[in-house]
Amino acid sequence: MIIREQFTVPKKYNTVALALMALGVLAVIGLYVTTHGGGGTPEEKNLKDARFWASLLQNSVFFLLVVNASMFFICATTLAWGGWQMSFRRVPEAISACVPLIGLLTLFILLAIAFGGNHSIYHWTDTEHVKHDAILNFKKGFLNKGFFAVMSVLTIGLWSFLGWKMRQLSRSLDQKPLQSREEGKKYVWNNTVWAALYLVVFALTVMSSIPWLWLMSIDAHWYSTMYSWYTFASTWVSGIALIALFVIFLKNNNYLELTNEEHLHDLGKFMFAFSVFWTYLWFSQFMLIWYANIPEETTYFAPRAQGIYKGVFWMMFLINFIAPLLILMRRGSKRNYTTVTFMSLLIIFGHWLDFFQMVFPGPMTNAKTGETQMPLILYDFCIALGFAGLIMYVTGRVLSKYPLIARNHPFVKESVIHHT
Amino acid sequence: MAVKKFIVGNFYDEAILFPAVKKVRRAGYKIHDVFTPFPIHGLDKAMGLRDTSLHTAGFIYGITGTATAVGFITWALSVDWKLNFGGKPFFSLPAWIPITFELTVLFASVGMVLTFCYLCQLAPFVKKDHFNIRSTDDTFVMALECTEKTNEAEAMKFLKEVGAAEVQVQYKETGWWLGRYDKDTMRFERKKEQEAVH
Repeated sequence: MIIREQFTVPKKYNTVALALMALGVLAVIGLYVTTHGGGGTPEEKNLKDARFWASLLQNSVFFLLVVNASMFFICATTLAWGGWQMSFRRVPEAISACVPLIGLLTLFILLAIAFGGNHSIYHWTDTEHVKHDAILNFKKGFLNKGFFAVMSVLTIGLWSFLGWKMRQLSRSLDQKPLQSREEGKKYVWNNTVWAALYLVVFALTVMSSIPWLWLMSIDAHWYSTMYSWYTFASTWVSGIALIALFVIFLKNNNYLELTNEEHLHDLGKFMFAFSVFWTYLWFSQFMLIWYANIPEETTYFAPRAQGIYKGVFWMMFLINFIAPLLILMRRGSKRNYTTVTFMSLLIIFGHWLDFFQMVFPGPMTNAKTGETQMPLILYDFCIALGFAGLIMYVTGRVLSKYPLIARNHPFVKESVIHHT
Repeated sequence: MAVKKFIVGNFYDEAILFPAVKKVRRAGYKIHDVFTPFPIHGLDKAMGLRDTSLHTAGFIYGITGTATAVGFITWALSVDWKLNFGGKPFFSLPAWIPITFELTVLFASVGMVLTFCYLCQLAPFVKKDHFNIRSTDDTFVMALECTEKTNEAEAMKFLKEVGAAEVQVQYKETGWWLGRYDKDTMRFERKKEQEAVH
């Protein structure tokens, strides 16, 4: 079998990526113009400004967590000594190379929101208000600008650094193969240690503190300990879907000869299983609050499940649970390239909608009248397409720089003969 | 109960078994089954077996469980005996989801275990014939079903050629039966004698 190791980016691919990025930039400019023109009271102006930043916040955090999920995929499979993913491991590696860039963007947006002086998104940044607010005063130790900034910088820095280290380890074998059994053992051990370090950081950030800080603190009075797991599940299943999309794209262009429907089947299983896992967390969070029916807890769900966001809320549930459950349940559909492509796109869109309804009801609520509005989703969607273009562009570039198969890795054979 | 005649080859290595299965199929012999001490990946494909329907059965059992749970709780709590739980509506689906989930899992799992036992013909006190007892321990047993046209000697020679370490002709009961090994296996032996007489 002839193996095409070197990926060359098709011209059309880059054109599409750049066009999408241009669309995203245009949408950002358009949104800025529409939200910052015209008069109104300072409060109305603040609300409009918040709508602009909320859109950037939603998209940047969502896509950062999704590309970061690729590194989680690599580290989790490495730590489990899995071999099946070896034949396409360069794909998640390339996707995770977007983390530093999108991380910087996100960091800029987060700091701009926290230090920008508009408190409509993060109420707790208003120190005057916090003094008189018993709940926010109690949370001051966690929700303050200093901790927020340090934690964000540290998190994005560590993700970038540890991800870079994992990619470096993988690429280091391309030029010099392992010479002996001992060297191989040492290499695998080295990988395991770094993957474990990444996972510890991941557990302390994505699975706990980061979603609380970045997203849950929008509804600063409300809290849920499940929130981070739920956010993690959301981005993790989208991350798998993104990996599947790139794998299928490369297969369609006659690359990744060693990857076949057996590998696709396993990715499909992941998508199916974690869609159900997401629903489990989503429902657990919802049901306890619904059952107890305590006003300070139900404030989160009131605008979402019953208010103006009702449509988005239930559509997202349909897309993220019912569709994967029924469509991906059959063995044949997990092995079918068309079905998996369709479901991957649907799942990414569904979880993007999930983030939409997580972020927007907070900043779109007028504190005085208590009225919640829904923004025009078209702008946000175009910004999302811009991020998609950015991911396409960076991933394509990194894919074309290094061989598509980590041919000297000790576990490659396991992947070639993989059978579900 | 149907006693049939088989040509049974015993293989000592799965690396020999795999190509043998392919060769035997290509030569046109009908493989009754292959018995191995452990599951071998890809053997089902090599033998040309179709996918099991166990999944479909599982789905149907699961749906049945879901319907049972939702149906019964709805009837009990919103029709037959309305109770006020903390001011919740009489039809309050979120509270029933956990039970619905449990019943779905229960129905699907129990149903699938029973179906699996039926498909594999396993049950308490029920007997199944073994072609070679060593297939539960360390060797791989392939049984070819004989038809009227099968040339025994030729088939045995062929099995030897593709790598079988031992080859015999056996009369075996293919289905399961309630009874005792010592009595019933004698019956198979009788059948053998009858054939020898004719």
